[in-house]
Amino acid sequence: MSSVFTRHREDASQRGWQYRAHIDVPLLLALVSACAYGLVILYSAGGGIRIVEQQVLRLALAFTCMLLVAQVPPRLLQRLTPWAFVTGVLLLLAVQLFGEISGGAQRWLDLYVVRFQPSELMKLAVPMMVAWYLADARLPPNRWQLLAAAILIAVPMLLIVKQPDLGTALLIASSGFFVLFLAGLQWRLLAFCALLLAAAMPVIWHLMHDYQRQRVITLLNPESDPLGSGYHIIQSKIAIGSGGLFGKGWLNGTQSQLDFLPERHTDFIFAVLGEEFGFLGILLLFGIYATVVVRGMMITLQAQDTFTRLLAGSISMTFCVYFIVNTGMVSGLLPVVGLPLPMISYGGTSIVTLMAGFGMLMSIQTHRKLLAT
Amino acid sequence: MPTRLTLKDHFFESRLIFSRVIGLLVIAGILCLVLFSRLLYLQVIAHEHYRTLSEDNRVKLQPIPPNRGLIYDRNGILLAENLPSYRLEITPEQIDDMDVTLNELGKIIEIRDIDRTRFEQLRVRKPGFESIPLLFNLSDTDVARFSVNRHRFPGVDITAGLARHYPLGPLAAHAIGYVSRIDEQALKELDTSNYRGTTHSGKIGIEKTYETLLHGTVGLQQVETTAQGRVLRVLNRVAPVSGRNLFLTLDSRVQRTAEAALGEYSGSAIAIDPNNGDVLAFVSLPSYDPNLFVNGIDIADYQALRDNDRRPLFNRALRGQYPPGSTIKPFMGLAGLELGVTSSHSSTYCPGFYTLPGNERKYRDWKRTGHGTVKLGLAIMQSCDVYFYDLALSLGIDNIHNYLSHFGFGRASGIDIIGELSGLLPSREWKRRRHNQPWFPGETIITGIGQGFFLVTPLQLAIATAALANNGRILQPNIVHAEQAANSSALTPYPPRLLETITINQQHNWDEVIGAMTEAVHNQRGTAYRIGKDSPYRIAGKTGTAQVFGLKEDEKYDASALDEKLRDHALFIAFAPADEPKIAVAVVVENGGGGGSVAAPIARRIMDAYLIGDTTP
Repeated sequence: MSSVFTRHREDASQRGWQYRAHIDVPLLLALVSACAYGLVILYSAGGGIRIVEQQVLRLALAFTCMLLVAQVPPRLLQRLTPWAFVTGVLLLLAVQLFGEISGGAQRWLDLYVVRFQPSELMKLAVPMMVAWYLADARLPPNRWQLLAAAILIAVPMLLIVKQPDLGTALLIASSGFFVLFLAGLQWRLLAFCALLLAAAMPVIWHLMHDYQRQRVITLLNPESDPLGSGYHIIQSKIAIGSGGLFGKGWLNGTQSQLDFLPERHTDFIFAVLGEEFGFLGILLLFGIYATVVVRGMMITLQAQDTFTRLLAGSISMTFCVYFIVNTGMVSGLLPVVGLPLPMISYGGTSIVTLMAGFGMLMSIQTHRKLLAT
Repeated sequence: MPTRLTLKDHFFESRLIFSRVIGLLVIAGILCLVLFSRLLYLQVIAHEHYRTLSEDNRVKLQPIPPNRGLIYDRNGILLAENLPSYRLEITPEQIDDMDVTLNELGKIIEIRDIDRTRFEQLRVRKPGFESIPLLFNLSDTDVARFSVNRHRFPGVDITAGLARHYPLGPLAAHAIGYVSRIDEQALKELDTSNYRGTTHSGKIGIEKTYETLLHGTVGLQQVETTAQGRVLRVLNRVAPVSGRNLFLTLDSRVQRTAEAALGEYSGSAIAIDPNNGDVLAFVSLPSYDPNLFVNGIDIADYQALRDNDRRPLFNRALRGQYPPGSTIKPFMGLAGLELGVTSSHSSTYCPGFYTLPGNERKYRDWKRTGHGTVKLGLAIMQSCDVYFYDLALSLGIDNIHNYLSHFGFGRASGIDIIGELSGLLPSREWKRRRHNQPWFPGETIITGIGQGFFLVTPLQLAIATAALANNGRILQPNIVHAEQAANSSALTPYPPRLLETITINQQHNWDEVIGAMTEAVHNQRGTAYRIGKDSPYRIAGKTGTAQVFGLKEDEKYDASALDEKLRDHALFIAFAPADEPKIAVAVVVENGGGGGSVAAPIARRIMDAYLIGDTTP
């Protein structure tokens, strides 16, 4: 152990300040540029400086949270995982029993000081738990392990679906799935699951809420109800399409500035980007996002044990799902599910969770031991 | 952490993770490509389409209603104007507590319950940023009171618009008519694209006949709006073209004098300039205040007008159909002379009644003792009925119908006010068609004194009188003599239009009749000597008394014993100066009694007003 210790000390001096501060500079730079870009768009979409100020405060909180999480060694994270998971599930149950209803959905827990959304915690707790469960297993997992993992994912997911919060449930399911996939889930099993899912479609359709069904119908044919449920998607398509290659210019988007675009500073902010900065502006955003994902994958590849590998990969890919689902929905490829555009959309506790996840990536990256090669 | 023996194959695991990471990146890449192709489709291929859609979203066309043309009388006195009208409007989204605001406002300006109810109804239907009118037609006092307190009421504002106003109120209301709020019915008749933004249209009278001219052409502005329709800025503007101002032939002094002269009577008086057809006075009484109708009349006010026995909403000048009575006699006499049925020298003996050969029915003269031997001149001057019974029988109904129709009886004159009735000039053909009966000689006889089926409107009577004055030339009666573009001083006159010239066989026949009419006014024994004795100018006139109901053969007419509604209508036609006529007048006084005693003085005052400017009541 002493040799490891001394080597570590030597390396610390070689590696420089960012390792001591547990900051991954490329990731941080990408995140900061994404947020800065987001603030510029938000200024236009939100129509003023007030909303930007509030967002800056929220981002400051999120970044602080990220840096704090980055200080926590992965070992400790791993040890805390079961507690976090169990707490999360209990809180979800509590929401079911005592939760506050807001906007037709029961997602909030009033803690007197803050209103707290337990599903946010689960966004991280679920992939951590699955990774924790598979950490000591021999990969790829056998079918019993897979079944156990599937239950670990399904329980919180179903509780969240029931709230109902389809978007978050989808994210949590995919984050758990990514852990399994990285752990070596067999392709044929995957194909089997896909078939099963397809077969279950009618049942799912039957179980969906009316508004969710409406969203699917709207996706297939938004013009069927242009002033009702189709309005969002029609207006956002007009916004993006009218932006063209170069956009109408910052603050000049008529769709967004004249209120035609609903929820333009939250879930539909991508349409503002498309209208004012055009296709090139979108490419820039995707460039930044790609940097984040690729950096996350590099961290995954460099991680030194199973838990961190699985967790890092899952966090990066979930982020990827995040923005693909949002942009797909705003551009009319996917049904409308309530997912914000990460780091750009205004508000939400989700930004804090997201940043905490990136904090874990940084922690994983900067707490590595140098191994003799 | 205590080391545990693991059977993990780290090399294998690294390879596995590596391949899986690559796999995920490839999948993510493919998804991004799908997304990009979608965005390229929206932003490059279908860009034009969506750009058009967003333009359509953003830019809206808003109508700018034109100002309605003004109406003046022939001397330039305003009859219909547009007054600034102040409305109190509230923008709900700027109000914290609507009830408190309304209560506070109520302490300054009176808010009726009905205003409040209407406001609440509108409020539910309109978006919160759109201002909603609470009160209309604020008085200057209200405006001043509110202005002082304005700072206390954010979101409450006074806006100015224009509202039609008739400064002379009921004067000539039946000619001018009124505008009122456009309703379903009006929408069917109007060109909706030109009336976008217009709230009122002409309902009746000149306001309706000249609606197209008065209204003008709508203007348009292209405005940029928000999704809720709030206007941000004007991009482009096509100014509206104001409606044209109209100058009427009416002379409001003459009109006022005529209305005053009729006083409390129900009836009608028409004055026409025989030389050009200008209608100088167009009276139908009782009248009503057209201002009541502009912004929607109260139910109570409307019921009062509608249920009034004297029917103030009834346009007697155009639609009142009365037996012409003795006023038809000059025309009958002219027919007899011109058609050679009688001459100025042939006489008839009047014993006070007339009988058809082989029939016992007595047709009485108004003078029971009879006029003795009468020639045409005396018959007109004294209005001998028996002479005209005899003349009518000699003429026969066909001649009467043909000759009198030249004077415009029995057909609408085509005056530029909508709703005119055509009266009734009876004929054999008409009787067969209408009653499926042959014509009886007795009916010819009473037609000779303007009774029986014969019906005329006051306007027709005035036109025929003007034709008599104008030597048989009938001019289209006009109530508008010129129009004027807004912001211009140039008038476009409407030239007089000759409708018909009655063929004159012998000029002295006309002179004979006109001379007899002059005698009726100026001869001591004339029926209208009352107005002729002190007249500074010569008047040719003829009195008339039309029976509302038929007396039995031996019954005596006693006005005082009769219910007012059954009393005779008093009529008078005249033109003056007799040798060079400038004005022709027809007066009908419902249940007025005698033509000479009631109707003639009214006509005199109208002529005085026009000819010598004497408008003293």
